[in-house]
Amino acid sequence: MELVAPAGNLPSLKAAVDHGADAVYIGMRDDTNARHFPGLNFDAGNLAKAVFYAHVNGAKVFLAINTYPQPQGWQRWTRAVDLAADAGLDALIVADIGVMEYAQARYPGMRLHLSVQASATNRNALSWYRQAFGIRRAVLPRVLSLNQVVRLAANSPVDLEVFAFGSLCIMVEGRCQLSSYATGKSPNLSGACSPAEFVTWQKHPSGLESRLNGLLVDRFPADSAAGYPVICKGRFRAAGAVYHVLEEPTSLNTIALLPALARAGIKAIKIEGRQRGTAYVAQVTSVWRAALDALHKHSDAFAVQHEWLHSLASVAEGAQTTLGAYQRAWQ
Amino acid sequence: MKISLGPVLYYWPRELLLDFYARAAGWPVDTIYLGETVCSKRRALRTAEWIELAREISRSGKQAVLSTLSLIEAESELSTLARLCDNGELLVEANDMAAVHLLNEKHLPFAGGHALNIYNSRSLNYLQRQGMIRWTPPVELPRATLAAVLGEAAELGFGERLETEVFAFGHMPLAYSARCFTARASNLQKDSCEFECLKYPDGLPVYTQDDKRLLTLNGIQSQSGQVLNLLTEWQDMQQLGVRLVRISPLSKHLETIIEHTHTAIHEGRMPELTGLIDGESCNGYWFGQAGHQWVESMGSGS
Repeated sequence: MELVAPAGNLPSLKAAVDHGADAVYIGMRDDTNARHFPGLNFDAGNLAKAVFYAHVNGAKVFLAINTYPQPQGWQRWTRAVDLAADAGLDALIVADIGVMEYAQARYPGMRLHLSVQASATNRNALSWYRQAFGIRRAVLPRVLSLNQVVRLAANSPVDLEVFAFGSLCIMVEGRCQLSSYATGKSPNLSGACSPAEFVTWQKHPSGLESRLNGLLVDRFPADSAAGYPVICKGRFRAAGAVYHVLEEPTSLNTIALLPALARAGIKAIKIEGRQRGTAYVAQVTSVWRAALDALHKHSDAFAVQHEWLHSLASVAEGAQTTLGAYQRAWQ
Repeated sequence: MKISLGPVLYYWPRELLLDFYARAAGWPVDTIYLGETVCSKRRALRTAEWIELAREISRSGKQAVLSTLSLIEAESELSTLARLCDNGELLVEANDMAAVHLLNEKHLPFAGGHALNIYNSRSLNYLQRQGMIRWTPPVELPRATLAAVLGEAAELGFGERLETEVFAFGHMPLAYSARCFTARASNLQKDSCEFECLKYPDGLPVYTQDDKRLLTLNGIQSQSGQVLNLLTEWQDMQQLGVRLVRISPLSKHLETIIEHTHTAIHEGRMPELTGLIDGESCNGYWFGQAGHQWVESMGSGS
């Protein structure tokens, strides 16, 4: 299985390559990708450096062009495709039908991966993208159970990549408008979920309040850790109780599922977190490299090592990790 | 401007659904969408019964469209989808690319639902060439973007081959998950949900801790807490080239809302729905604002 690691800048890309990533995925410094955050991502100047560093060290680079262009911004998306082709990127991670059509027509040899933002969760949807645009690999939304992933992998017309670790989207990626409902900006429209400019923190008699565009997302007692306010991890009132109505602030960690994912024929596992720092990239990549190497050597006797879990827990968002939708009971 | 009645998004029991569609056949709507679009565990009507009900409505002179599941994960769900696509006569609304695939393989025309991510004229054109004859933009698409998309569609010469419908009234579907949030609210798992959503004919309301209505839980679907009302904008939409406004069913006042809207369209004025909407209204997306907000527009649609 290929290990696909995130990088929000050149130092993180080097860290990912140095710590054993088979491929690194990056984005351009604009709204053509779903991590359009200030100070993050690549421009035409350092794209070439990124590709050079990865290629001389035997790693691949994928460019995420995985948001949905609107008419007024169309040229930014085609420019990103053009830059990727010029710089010799190994694959584009794409979501928009128009962008795929452009990339396939202009650069017929370009390898296209279907982004998780395209929300393809079944073999018929995958077949459509395969037939229409020659998609070679698809990243699955984090909504399928392990059994569903196994069955899909057995019938899939394209290679599959699944999320292994990181911040957990509990909605089908590409089909979540909770952020724009609160703020007017969403991953699909603006390349960002719950942008920081809409976040406010206020003191409250019982502790701290987090708000998103004025909407109260959570209240934290003075002595507890306060999480970043996204609607899906907020505490609200429903059916007479106040609780995490959609999901607790947990991270995804599937390291225990590695043997099952390998047996299913999953071709790549993906680490979330282009917005995270270089230390995160280095630490998480090295743990997953070690796990994959252990699996490769002793596939029958694979055991999750304590130090892996300890190391991953130290960089996870929130105190808990979960198997998310892979585990049927979570649903 | 035509009025369409969207699929019932909530889990209504069989008797209620049958009664609802018996009455809807007499309402002043042009198109009725039918089918289970949210959760395949809901079985108020079997697939064959949905198709038969749609045929009956079609015989009464309205356009009946079979609307398909939005999040498709299981093989059994693909089988149901295939049966809907194979119905032989009725238009199908594709709410996932799986449906687009099956309908395109059969060279059948189709409608594209708001869960397909169409944000620009290239995507729209591609799907139009695949057989899409009507589309409903994503609920978050602003008016200005829709105007630009339709302007490009006209320039590229395919705008005339495609009808545009706008989701204009009801709780907006905002997100889909593997998890059932209605079951979670009762401390149940999805696999043993006891059909909790039967208790909530308009979904389960969610409030912030300072008591502002935020969301509506509908099984695996998260909806807006506020009720979208874009019916006020129908004249502006008409000028943009929108052909249908969609009213998404709620359990209260629906017939009156439809009649008021129909009369207002007939008389060329803005419908007055005061007192007919439970809770707050919203229209922010249309004006490029946050979706939960309400923007006073005077019907100008600027």
